[in-house]
Amino acid sequence: MQSWYFSEQSYPAAWDEPVPPKVTSPSGLVDPETAHRLLQEYIVECKLCDELGLNIMANEHHATYTCMNISCMMTLAVIASHTKRARLLALGVPIMSRTDPYRVAEEVAYVDMLSRGRLELGLIKGTAFELYMSNANPVTAGDRYWEAHDLIVAALTKKDGPISYEGNSFNYRYLNVIPPCYQQPIPPMWLTTLSTNTAREAARRGYVLAITAVARAARASYPIYREEYLRVHGRPAPLDRLCYLAYVSVARDEKTAIERGRKILRFVETSERIEPRFINPPGQLPHADNARFLKTGTTTTHRTRTLPDGTPMSNPPTPQEQIINNVLFAGTPDQVYNQIKDFYDSVGGFGQLLVQLGGTMTHEEICDSLRLYATEVQPRLEALTKSHPMAA
Amino acid sequence: MHTQAAPGQTRQVSVTGTNIEVWEGGAGRPLLLLHPGDGFDAQAPYVAALASRYRVIAPSCPGFGRSELPKYMRSVDDLSYFYLDLIDALKLDQMIVVGISFGGWLAAEIAVKNTARIAALCLVDTLGAKFSDPMTRDITDLLSWPQHEQAQWIYHDEKLRKPTYAHLSDETALMFARNHESFGLFGWAPTLHSRHMQHRLHRIDVPTQLIWGAQDRVVTVEYGRKWQQAIAGAQMVVIDNAGHYPQIEHPDQFVAALERFVNNLAAR
Repeated sequence: MQSWYFSEQSYPAAWDEPVPPKVTSPSGLVDPETAHRLLQEYIVECKLCDELGLNIMANEHHATYTCMNISCMMTLAVIASHTKRARLLALGVPIMSRTDPYRVAEEVAYVDMLSRGRLELGLIKGTAFELYMSNANPVTAGDRYWEAHDLIVAALTKKDGPISYEGNSFNYRYLNVIPPCYQQPIPPMWLTTLSTNTAREAARRGYVLAITAVARAARASYPIYREEYLRVHGRPAPLDRLCYLAYVSVARDEKTAIERGRKILRFVETSERIEPRFINPPGQLPHADNARFLKTGTTTTHRTRTLPDGTPMSNPPTPQEQIINNVLFAGTPDQVYNQIKDFYDSVGGFGQLLVQLGGTMTHEEICDSLRLYATEVQPRLEALTKSHPMAA
Repeated sequence: MHTQAAPGQTRQVSVTGTNIEVWEGGAGRPLLLLHPGDGFDAQAPYVAALASRYRVIAPSCPGFGRSELPKYMRSVDDLSYFYLDLIDALKLDQMIVVGISFGGWLAAEIAVKNTARIAALCLVDTLGAKFSDPMTRDITDLLSWPQHEQAQWIYHDEKLRKPTYAHLSDETALMFARNHESFGLFGWAPTLHSRHMQHRLHRIDVPTQLIWGAQDRVVTVEYGRKWQQAIAGAQMVVIDNAGHYPQIEHPDQFVAALERFVNNLAAR
């Protein structure tokens, strides 16, 4: 099992302000000294992961107090300079909103070269609300996504000069990436999704499939991925092709770990305070879904509201409920290992775990949790996956 | 207010390989009616009033109603060329073109290209042009609001601002949802206008009437005055106690204003 530390690099000091946390939030509520300290602490956390043998994952979001990382690749360039061993996962670059695929390809190659081939790459769709900032047309976003994706891969793969490209959404005279990637021909590729269709596509392409904190999506998508992978590649999918993201808090005692879990979940609660009008721009959902929302006068969220047995969860859900839902793994090292192992067994195994910390946790709490995870959970997870028949 | 649905018929018309739905009712002078961003509603009382005076031809724009949407159509500019072909195919001559909101934008895009078959143009609370500086938004961004909340911006009458859609049949709700998506496709960026429009409006060389809701909160009367200044000889009628859809809030005044304009054409 490979584990990847992930933090949204939030600005929690503004979470209790009486303003929306996304899109229209005033930047004036961000105190420069506090924000600077938080960003520096994040680098220290990544250096700690490097020393502890954990990998690092970064994402990006825009115009929100819940994520100060506004460029996945920029952050990974910084982290590349502060680390030596850790693999660096961009998960991902939201190319539905990043409107210039050429610049994305250049930044990817730059980070891979700078890090001496430690980059792994997810070119993801991104969150729908960010289309309001990028102004990229949400109705054509699906088509544009795959066009941009394939163009970036082509640009990174081609080493003998430029590509000339005149497509539906993009036009380039000389699409030429210098320096190229360190890894040949390109870094390992990932995809995130909650849809089984995309899981199938990830399998066809042999990409790592990451499911983000929705257990039922993992239960639905992993079997489809395995089936499609076997069909297309003629061999079973290696374990390291499947990934799950969860919120993880570890402490010496259960009570402290649960409190830390509660602090991480504040991130989820704050994220969900987005103004409903920005959740579902036109064209992002099928007509049938939008027709249903029109009739009920509501909008949408993919968050699970019930426990697996159908019992409604508290509002907001408690750490204990999110543990039952496999959204949060929290407890002593033994408890966290057992929670992960139970979920791992229930879905037939996975080889990558994205370990999200943050929320209102302090830097010291994050570092303590990471140390315990790396020294007392990670070795047992590695042993667990080594015994799996599809271990790489 | 009239309540009787307009007598008319819907048929499919194929133009340059694209099938679209066209509603037609009434007799007399042809009037091409271009619907707003939520689609064409044959039940609206103003449609019946128009059809009692004119031969109303109301296509559902590609992507709206039961009209196909070819992949290549991504802008109102694209739509306008399709409509020029449609007008030729239907052999419409000496017609009045009435465009409402999004339909006004489309009507203007058509008229700046070719007015050979157009006798006169009527733009109702139209979208489509940018006049102010880059930091000043001319048009309220309807697309920052979900479909079920758009009425709050569209209507002046408080009673109309919070409609319920629960009673819609699944088929109608599906069509509304598709209309909204197509409105987003054509109106997303630049927000509900074409960059070139301001610099092409001088090409409109037919009598033009602007009709505006005095309390329009999507495009203000002041914005309408800029359209009036940009189109040679354009006249403007402002209907009081009406928002973005004066044809819905005051159909009698709306139709009367249009009729006065058409009746005066002969004297011009």
